[in-house]
Amino acid sequence: MSLTNERIQQRLTEKFGDVLTGFEEPFGLLTLTAQKDYNLKVMQFLFDDEELRFRFLTDITAVHYPDRKNEELAVVYHLHNLQDNIRLRLKVFTPVAKPDVFTATKLYESANWMERETYDFFGINFVGHPNLIRVLNVDEMTYFPMRKEFPLEDSMRIDKDDEMFGRGGTF
Amino acid sequence: MLDQKQHIKLPEGSLEKDTTTLNLGPTHPATHGVFQNILEIDGERIVSAVSTVGYIHRAFEKIAERRPYYQITPLTDRLNYCSAPINNMGWLLTVEKLLGIETPKRVDYLRVIIMELARIADHLICSSVMGVDTGALTGFVYVMTYRELIYEIYEEICGSRLTTNIGRIGGFERNFTPAAFAKIERFLAEYPAVLKEFETLLTRNRIFMERTQGVGGISAERALSYGFTGPNLRAAGVDYDVRVANPYCSYQDFDFSIPVGTTGDSYDRFQVRNAEMWESISIIRQAMDKLKSLPDDVYHADIPAYYLPAKQDVYTKMEALIYHFKIVMGEADILPGEVYNAVEGANGELGFYLISDGGRSPYRLHFRRPCFIYYQAYAELVKGGMLSDAIVCMSSLNLIAGELDA
Repeated sequence: MSLTNERIQQRLTEKFGDVLTGFEEPFGLLTLTAQKDYNLKVMQFLFDDEELRFRFLTDITAVHYPDRKNEELAVVYHLHNLQDNIRLRLKVFTPVAKPDVFTATKLYESANWMERETYDFFGINFVGHPNLIRVLNVDEMTYFPMRKEFPLEDSMRIDKDDEMFGRGGTF
Repeated sequence: MLDQKQHIKLPEGSLEKDTTTLNLGPTHPATHGVFQNILEIDGERIVSAVSTVGYIHRAFEKIAERRPYYQITPLTDRLNYCSAPINNMGWLLTVEKLLGIETPKRVDYLRVIIMELARIADHLICSSVMGVDTGALTGFVYVMTYRELIYEIYEEICGSRLTTNIGRIGGFERNFTPAAFAKIERFLAEYPAVLKEFETLLTRNRIFMERTQGVGGISAERALSYGFTGPNLRAAGVDYDVRVANPYCSYQDFDFSIPVGTTGDSYDRFQVRNAEMWESISIIRQAMDKLKSLPDDVYHADIPAYYLPAKQDVYTKMEALIYHFKIVMGEADILPGEVYNAVEGANGELGFYLISDGGRSPYRLHFRRPCFIYYQAYAELVKGGMLSDAIVCMSSLNLIAGELDA
């Protein structure tokens, strides 16, 4: 009865074939990558299938990999099958120039704010989202701050004048 | 005589709205934190609500991308600041999972004691504030004394009270003092009577029941769809608890039950939290018993590369000095990897999604903050209810502004 990672992988490969790649199990958590246009189809299948039953959305987030050509942004979904108590991680890569990914709001109500947050920080455009506006940052912001092109201040910089901060001494 | 109907109804073609727009928050005293809701109300009934969040967003995920691992623990304090130790432990357990560190049993049990104390501190605030919002201040004052005692226990262990930064990678900074154990014993001896008295004040209190029963109820199906976890989900009747589903920190050694509700309304949430406090007391008792059979000088794992050596050794031994320097400068070797680790926070599943590229700080760190996810349901929960019910519903959800906005 209990579902295993092998069984999930077998079931998904039967259904989707080449669409899914990159199967691995870091720390026992089945991780797979779907082609960009298939994220919703895969999630719908995982939701509907009577054997897989991934009906709880734990988390949506994104990761920015500036060095990967044409797949700079990864959207990461963590799904949970509460009956069999097994988790799954689904990734979708999308180019930063056109970061369009289908929304999961029709499957999970909770996806609404999680996708807004992901849009807010990474600029992922969730196609079909009912209200894709910023959620944590100010509405006037024109950039997506969690992308890697916005580094935090370098603590080793030497052009900073400590006198301005009341600590005296200049470099 | 005035025709009442005509008086209240707007004339045909009027530009005025039938409803009133009301800003509830962000600095309303009854919202317990920075929460803003723009309500459309018809008389005193809520027609719709729009929640605005982000007032205290501090970009922790971004800051974490530049900090060495041990400097991220203080950031996690500021998520759910009512139960900071659980956040600390959640983060440390994530790092330990990534690095493959096995902690000794005694460390696990000490951590369980701290986490369960934090859970009690969090739940007693939430439950007693529900009383305050319905007009009963007494219970709040009774249990606050014991939150103070819990904070004193934190103070004995780590030196601080609210933002604790308790624990280090592999264990604790120092051993629990005899005074800390004495205070825990005192808490275990005195708190049950107080909790009992608190429950007597509210559980069968007619006014309290009328104010909370049927307020902000949600079905199990909707709760799952909205991503509810923790006591709020269990109040709707789903027995999902990370401590049991994916035991961490030796929770499998403890015998406890998961209280569940049926209707998912504010009263059930209150009941579930109170029942969980009893379970937590029992877990702490079991942990104290288990500690007796273990050597009492073990409080960290033997991992010199990640755990700071004793100061005496740093001055006298070369290896200790090297490790000390490497750890403090954030140069301890971190393996590349990708890990998701969840703990049962006081208000739901608190998850840490960590991607390491082998560098000194995380490549990406994402917090799964339970109340950010379930707060979306608020608009649906309060719709059609009275304005005063919206306040009760908000306090029963146990929303913590720091966690909501990260």
